[in-house]
Amino acid sequence: MATFFGEVVVAPSRAGVDDEEESAEEAREETPEDREIRRELEKKREIDVLWTLKSGASADSSADEPFVCSKFIVAIGHNAAAFLSSFILDSVCWEVVGVAKLWNEWCRTSNTTNVLPTDSFCLFYRLISDPTVLLCQCSCYVAEDQQFQWLEKVFGCMRKEGLQVTILSTCPVADYKTQESTLTLPSPFLKALKTKEFKEQVCCPLLEQPNIVRDLPAA
Amino acid sequence: MFVPCDRGGGSASSDFKGFTLLMPAVSVGNVGQLATDLVISTLDMTKVGYFYTDCLVPMVGNNPYATAEENSMELSINAEVYSLPSKKLVVLQIRSPFIKHKYRPFCQTLLSWVKSSKCARVILLSSSHAYQRDDEQLLGTPLRYLLTPDLEKAVGGLMQELNWKEMEKVAAYPGINDTEKVLHIPGGGITKLLFTESCSKGIQMAVLLKFCSEGDNIPDAFALVDYLNEWLQLIKSEVNTSSQWKIPSSWRLLFGNGLPPALF
Repeated sequence: MATFFGEVVVAPSRAGVDDEEESAEEAREETPEDREIRRELEKKREIDVLWTLKSGASADSSADEPFVCSKFIVAIGHNAAAFLSSFILDSVCWEVVGVAKLWNEWCRTSNTTNVLPTDSFCLFYRLISDPTVLLCQCSCYVAEDQQFQWLEKVFGCMRKEGLQVTILSTCPVADYKTQESTLTLPSPFLKALKTKEFKEQVCCPLLEQPNIVRDLPAA
Repeated sequence: MFVPCDRGGGSASSDFKGFTLLMPAVSVGNVGQLATDLVISTLDMTKVGYFYTDCLVPMVGNNPYATAEENSMELSINAEVYSLPSKKLVVLQIRSPFIKHKYRPFCQTLLSWVKSSKCARVILLSSSHAYQRDDEQLLGTPLRYLLTPDLEKAVGGLMQELNWKEMEKVAAYPGINDTEKVLHIPGGGITKLLFTESCSKGIQMAVLLKFCSEGDNIPDAFALVDYLNEWLQLIKSEVNTSSQWKIPSSWRLLFGNGLPPALF
């Protein structure tokens, strides 16, 4: 499926996605029942971010003062989450401080914090020796309509001054656009994107056009 | 919704009073978006900000209009605004599809931004499914225009001079009742919604669209941008205008990677 300059394509349809349905839906007057159904569906797709404070008491994300965070590392997808589990996380240096619960057609997050690598989960950890360092493992798929919500709810709890965010993610090599064929590319390989505020040295080459990043890492 | 860039230009660079807002509809073949890319790339427009919106699928990449190593490292996201004050032109580029149920909220927020930033008029570049044309539409030019009543008063005469064809209305109940006609833009994405909302809000909007199909839509984009140029005269229209539009570097590899040598 050809993709263009930056267009995110959801196969098999391209730009004119479902617009007949969409405009027909919009045009039809919504009855109170429709509105109710729509509201219930939206509620079901809401994301709950629960933080457990040091004292062990659970607090609603909205009730808290934004907490200070200097570094926030987010691992999105099974591979990135597994990387963190294998090389970074351990029960001695890191403690679980939060969990995000969500549901969509592709997955439902597990309820426990004692998760298996094959589960879908979204957990937040804090470095015990430096509580301003946070880590997130998000191996569940966050749907398009939930990505913005996830972003607002998670980042809404942190102070953003002096915050450095690192996002780890993986993509199939077949999706990589390059002049040569991807068969001959030595994989796996790293590419990076950075904002102009990031002044440190990046450890790998930058992602060349016309490659793009989409979904939660992009959000 | 609109977040200006920190460019030291301050508020001057986001003052769009009296400007023409050019934007694409995410529509069949992405023709509007491709045409917008050509405009931004050819006129070397400066990015002045972006839209922070939950209505579009998120995406991010490096500068799609990069011409050299130095300018290739600026991040680019799904809805960005570029400006060219010398031509009083501001361009919104949309790079990803709309999220379900977000057409209307986006249109409403966009139009209220248009009103608050005092843009003089909006030009929407769009496209429509070629296979839905009727017998008459199959002949002649595949390009059409639409004007809201407020803009009709201002430029209706110019359209006559340019010999442009207005988008035909179709019967609301074909075969049953041919008298009631409605506007129907299949494959046009938010085009119809944005147009009807603009009509009711008294906004001066023009829609320029091309009938096309999915495929290699680069020629369609060139046709649409040449059509736009007949009106706005953004670049000098010489005999072969098509060759004067600059293709952005992000259009590379549109149809996949290089072939593996092992194939042969």
